[in-house]
This record gives sequence, C-alpha cells and structure tokens, in this order.
Amino acid sequence: MKPRDLADLAFRNLRESILRNALTTLGVAVGVASLVAMLSLGVGLQQLASKRLSQSGLFDTILVTPKNAFRGIGRPQREPESDKPPRVLDDDARKEMEKLPNVIEVYPQVRFFTEVRFNNKPFATVVAGMPDSSRNSGSFDGMQGNFFSSTTANEAILQIEFAKDLSDKPSSLIGQELVLRYAERQSLPSAAAGTEATANPPDSSGGGFSVVPKELRLKIVGIVETEPAAGYGGYGNARLLMPLATASTLRAAQVNDLRDIVRDSNSGKTTFASLSVRAKTPSQVDALETSIKKMGFNAFSLLDASKSLRTFFTVFDSLLGIFGCLALAVATLGIVNTLVMAILERRREIGVLKALGAADSDVQQLFFLEAGVMGFFGGVFGVLFGWLLGRAVTFGTNVYLQRQNLNPIELSSVPLWLVFSALIFAILVSLAAGLYPASRAAKLNPVDALRYE
Amino acid sequence: MPTADPAIQLNRVSRHYTMGETSVRAVNELSLSVANNEFLALLGSSGSGKSTLLNLIAGLDRPTSGSIFAHGQNIASLNSLDLARYRCNTIGMIFQSFNLLPRMTLEENIELPLRLAEVDRSERPARVREALERVRLTHRLGHRPTELSGGEQQRVAIARALVNRPKILLADEPTGNLDSATGEAILTLLRELRTQLGMTIVMVTHEHPLAEQFADRLAIMGDGKLLSTTTAKGLPQ
Repeated sequence: MKPRDLADLAFRNLRESILRNALTTLGVAVGVASLVAMLSLGVGLQQLASKRLSQSGLFDTILVTPKNAFRGIGRPQREPESDKPPRVLDDDARKEMEKLPNVIEVYPQVRFFTEVRFNNKPFATVVAGMPDSSRNSGSFDGMQGNFFSSTTANEAILQIEFAKDLSDKPSSLIGQELVLRYAERQSLPSAAAGTEATANPPDSSGGGFSVVPKELRLKIVGIVETEPAAGYGGYGNARLLMPLATASTLRAAQVNDLRDIVRDSNSGKTTFASLSVRAKTPSQVDALETSIKKMGFNAFSLLDASKSLRTFFTVFDSLLGIFGCLALAVATLGIVNTLVMAILERRREIGVLKALGAADSDVQQLFFLEAGVMGFFGGVFGVLFGWLLGRAVTFGTNVYLQRQNLNPIELSSVPLWLVFSALIFAILVSLAAGLYPASRAAKLNPVDALRYE
Repeated sequence: MPTADPAIQLNRVSRHYTMGETSVRAVNELSLSVANNEFLALLGSSGSGKSTLLNLIAGLDRPTSGSIFAHGQNIASLNSLDLARYRCNTIGMIFQSFNLLPRMTLEENIELPLRLAEVDRSERPARVREALERVRLTHRLGHRPTELSGGEQQRVAIARALVNRPKILLADEPTGNLDSATGEAILTLLRELRTQLGMTIVMVTHEHPLAEQFADRLAIMGDGKLLSTTTAKGLPQ
C-alpha cells in the first residue's frame, strides 16, 4: 500500500475509536510531560547555577600569587622549588598579564579588617575593594540603591546583615554617610632604601612602614543581599564594599603586610600580595593559568570545581530523566494494551483486508503507524504539558521567593533540543510499543480472522 | 461460455489440520479443473471441505500437499507477499456475511482493493463508480453498509470484488444470508457479470436448486473428496 493510503487508513482507524485512542495518547502525553518537566527543571537549575557562578567571576578568574606567598589551608600544594629566585608580583608582572590573550582585566585584591563608625558607634567589619566589572556579576542584581557612581567615588555598598547591624531600617541608610577608620601605611626612611623594598602597594620604601590611623567619609549608595566579595582568595567575607580604586588609594594596612616585610622582598617596586586575572570565558582559564604559571607565579582557579558541577548536573539530569522515563514506560504499556485490544476488535477487518490482497507488511505498517501517530501526538502534547508544568513550578517558586523578599528565578528551561528529543523519544518508544501488536496483527491467519465473530 | 483452457487446476490437493492428536483431512487428494469463464458450483454437506477448498483457491490458506494452478501460476509455491498480490490482482471474493467494513462508506469499501493494488488515486473514483454501476447501486455511494438491505450489501460486496477486474471470482455462500428472491437476483447478477467480464466463478453453496439453475457445472464434495461433477441444467437460453 502507498504511504498516503496507509496514513489515511491509520488516521481513520484512530478517529473511529477516538475516546480510547485519545486516552492512550493522553497517557503518552503524561509520560512525556513528566519527562520534559523533570528535565526542564534539571536544565533550568543547571543554567541558573552556571549563570550565577559564571557571573560571580569564580570560574573565569585566576588568583595569582607570588611563589613565596603564604599558602593557607586548603590551597594547592606548592610546586617544587626551582633554583630560579621567585618572581615578584609587581606592576610589571601585572602589565605583562594584562597583555596575555583573552584577559579582560587584572586587579589586586584589596581587603582589610577595620572599624566603621556610624552615629558615633563603632562597628568592626571587613572592607573590600570591588572592581568596576563586578557591576555585571549578578551579585548586585536586585540590590537596594545603586552601584558606585564612579570608579573613584567615596561611596560604600553595605551587605544587608551589616546594614541591619547599623540600623533597624536598613533601607533608610541609603544616602547617609559613615566613617571608615583604617590604618594607613606610611613608609619609613631606611638606609637600605631602594634595595629592600616592601611588598605592599602602593608605597614602596626600604625596610618598613609605620601605621597611621586615618578616616574617610563614605556615602552609602546601596545595600546588597548577597556577599559579592565572598570569593576565594579573600580573607573572610567583606560586608562593606567600596570602589577598588578608592580602596587602593587608602594604602590601608592589610593582613599580609607584616608577612611580606619580614620576608626578603627586594624588587624596589610596587608589589602585590595577589592579583585577580579575569579571562573572557571560563573555557580560556586553563590556558591562561598555564601561561601565568610559566611566568613564574602561582595560579589557581576554580575550574575544576566547575567541571565537578557539570558532572553533578549530568548525573542529576540522568536521575530526573529516569523518573520521567518511568511514567513513559507506563504509557508505553497503555499503547501495547490499546493496540492489542484493537487487534481483537478488528480481527475480522484484518481478515477482510488480507482477503482483499493486503500483505502482512501492509497490516504491520498500519498498526505501526497508528502507534507512531499516537506517539507523535502524545509527544507534542507532552512537551506542551511539560513546559506548562515547568512554568507552573517556576511561578509557584517565584511567588514563594517574592514573599520571602527574594529575587525571582527562572527555574525551568525547555531548550529546543529537549523539545525535539522528547518528541523523537515519544515516537520511538511508541513505535517500539507497537512492534508486538503490529507483528501479531500481521501474522493473523486470514481464514481464522474471517471466521471470527 | 467456458473455454477449454483451465482457469484453475487442482492436482491431488490435500489440506490436513491437526486438532489435538487427531488429524482432520478437510481436503483429501482432490483434483479438479475449472475452465476459463466457467461458473462452477461447489456443493456438499457441512464439513465436506468446500469452504476449505475455496480458501485454498483464494490463496488464503496453503495446501498440505498438491498443487493449485491459477491461470498457469502454481499458487502453492508462492511466498506470502506474492500470494497477497495474487489475491489482490487475480481473485475477487464475496462472502456469506458480506464482510463490508461498517465504518466505511460504500465508496470507501469498494476503493479498498484499489488502495491495496496501489492504483493511482486519480483513477479510483471512476473505477469505483464503474463497479457500482455494474451492481446498480451508484445512488448509494456515500452510504454506510448498515444503511443497506442484505441484498444491497451483497451487491456492494460484489462491486468490491470486481473493482480490481479479477480473472476469478470466488463466492462463499453468497446467498446464505438472503431470502430466495434476493438470492436469485444476486446469482442472476453474477451470471451477467461472468458474461460481461469473462470471469471464472467458483461458488460454494448449500442450495442445490439455485446451483442447478445458475451454474454451468456442479461439483459435489464429501469428506474432503470430490464425489462427482455434473453439468447443470442451466438457465433457458
């Protein structure tokens, strides 16, 4: 039989038992919907996590430290010492790194523990300088107030918990001023000046420095929910954020100052405890890390963690897929049942078809096609239901998040590959379900079938 | 009128069934020749094997032994696909219970063999109409079988059997579900068509008088064997 005639007959047969076939198709649709909904949540969560993490700068940033740098707990093991003297992480090195391919920016870590005075009350906290690029990191999405007006503004953004310490009504803090009290390094004249430089920016003098208390008035411009400066390489979470350039000019004494001064730092130039190097994309981090290591520095990135994350989501998606497939497996049994019932009901019709000249393959293809059509429509409606289910879960979650004063998120995602995969999967599964009934119908003895009442 | 060349030639055909431990010889070493354009009536009591023989000629069943030639082709040796083609192109079949598909209109029922024979779609409406004209039912084209009387349904079944212009028409108790007047009308129609189209007709029936009246020859079966063949008295010319 020609394909068009076969299709005509298949659709006619499906229409004739519309209720039963519609229910079977609905069964497939429910199976596909559960599969799509599960996977769309998995994909959505993965995209959400990847977006947040990539925006956070954790996966496109390399922390560069000099080879003689202090290594904290949990840091990678120091590479075996070579005969070559360790290279100093100075401005030359910074410029060299800026020239490496695929580097967006190189900036020092400025982070210090200090005291803030507000309404004449002291509050201890960690202050961090934020590069201008962090504006787009996603950490400041949905913040109260605004990001810094300029890269050198005397402005502060407070972390919400710190803002709550300062005032019962954190939002009222925006526009008010606080006083930052910090310890400024001032270089001491030394006999060995020029040969025994310290390793601290931006001053570079001889044998040491003195610490002078200073104050700076900062205008509070925003309050942020997350902890944008909680990235690796820091020393605890910063709760007061200020522009990196402003923070750098303070010459505030940092944790590593004393360490560097007792060490033999002798470049005579401005040196940094660490530098953050941002790559254009996480995929370029590996090559960049290697280049920096070749320059003679320690380099560390969280790319490995990103790979683990991908592995986790692959396993997570597979598990969700398996649960979705269970529903589809039940639906498959529905197709088998419907078609086997159809064979019983249409036994005589199959006999007539054969008597009129239908080949076994015609009968087989007819049943096969009916299964495929049910699978196709089940797949189409299933994708639609699955998408709606995902939207409903996202909607429900966002209603809850908004009640908790949290930002809405996109929890489910139905990418095009999922639509087509689900559709093809539904058709294939339905065809597989149709294999047995189709084969049984084809093998039906026409004499017996014609005798059947 | 029949010509000398046989349309159907059965040589020592047997069809045995196994029912439990018993072997049933539905057709047993039967040989028969049906001439081209002949109208043969197969008669016999229930269980004599006449329907089994008809199914063997139709290619719906395969003989246990022996050979069946239809227009020179040994259908006993055909594979499943070729046998389906044989049923489609050489054989037209009508049944006691009509076997029309109730969900389809008359037009669709008659079109079904054309679909199976992969006749061009543009050619089909004319072929369907032609077949319905032969049985004088063109006015019921869009009706469903259940809206027709028994006689009309059998005429539709005849139209369906004729639509692929078969060389052999096989009829299994075609008047069995009809009153005598309608039965006679159907057999009159079959005779007319045989003459018009030059077909060979083999009809299984219980009704000896009708067979005597319309067939050219009667073949009497008993216990799977051919007991006798006699020339029918036939219709007055």
